[in-house]
Amino acid sequence: MQAHRRQTLWLAALIHRLSGLLLAIFLPIHFLVLGLAIESEAKLENFLRWTENPLVKFAEMGLVFLLTVHLLGGARLLVLENFPWRVWQKLFATIAVGISALIAFGFLFRVM
Amino acid sequence: MSQSQQHLTVSVWRGKSEGAFQDYQVPHLENQTVLDIVTWIQRYLDPTLSYRFACRVGMCGSCAMTVNGTPRWTCRTHVSKVARDGRLKIGPLSNLPVIKDLAADMTAFFEKWQRAEARFTPTKTRLDPIEQIPPSSPARLAASAAIECINCGVCYAACDTVRWNADYLGPAALNRAWTLVNDVRDGGQDVRLRAISANGGCHNCHSHQSCQVLCPQNLNPTASIAGLKRLTAAAFIRGGLK
Repeated sequence: MQAHRRQTLWLAALIHRLSGLLLAIFLPIHFLVLGLAIESEAKLENFLRWTENPLVKFAEMGLVFLLTVHLLGGARLLVLENFPWRVWQKLFATIAVGISALIAFGFLFRVM
Repeated sequence: MSQSQQHLTVSVWRGKSEGAFQDYQVPHLENQTVLDIVTWIQRYLDPTLSYRFACRVGMCGSCAMTVNGTPRWTCRTHVSKVARDGRLKIGPLSNLPVIKDLAADMTAFFEKWQRAEARFTPTKTRLDPIEQIPPSSPARLAASAAIECINCGVCYAACDTVRWNADYLGPAALNRAWTLVNDVRDGGQDVRLRAISANGGCHNCHSHQSCQVLCPQNLNPTASIAGLKRLTAAAFIRGGLK
């Protein structure tokens, strides 16, 4: 990574971009699964059984992290651009990642 | 002190956009700036080395270069803070064409100040009384927070939005526009708001804040640009940007 990018808020922007991209990739797959409900109840049931696999639960934890971190990161940007400047940008970005990790681990703890 | 500790290996960019880094051995002194290093190389090792400086005390903004991958004002950057394992890598500022060696061509940088209408438009003559501006007024405070720019180009070189979009006006020009937007004496606000909200304007900023992190004057261009975003959005809603 180039030296000038090694700072908290550049990494926050990178995480925001990547999480948005990965969620955008996930969405059509999610809709395809929802489509199974219309196509065939048995197929959906099979798929849902497959999602009980611990590895899938682990991947779901990643999804929860991506969604939360993207949501909180987006909220920070909305506040930054629409309200008077706040000096706590680095702190908020760090807290956003921390809260997202906590929620993701909480999810994993609940479903495992 | 060993021989290796007494000398720095300094890689300096030689050439234009096409070129290569060339290594020089330079004596390492206790109090030494990066500009001292470049000057020593030019005086004692290679008089053909080109670079730009003027004041040497952090006022003129002409000596900015890329030091170990980070844009910095070299006259106020101590070698002891940036050298790693006795090595320094010095190149011209990024995001600008290279004239030769360490001298970047600042033409595009200053042309964008013009494009952003970042110049004062007077509304009074010398015959009018001087405008009274309370130092504590919100507009004056906003302008004061952003006004000490020395045009060094560090923010411009650090900005990835400039890197990805050559049309983007950049942090310095927009920061200057913000100081003028907050100047009650200025008469060019409508033209300026249209200029800074057009393609390549303030709404292109991704708020990476590299400009703020690296600004040698501790200014916050991202905050200025956020202010411009709010102002132009409000003007658009009011129909003032047609």
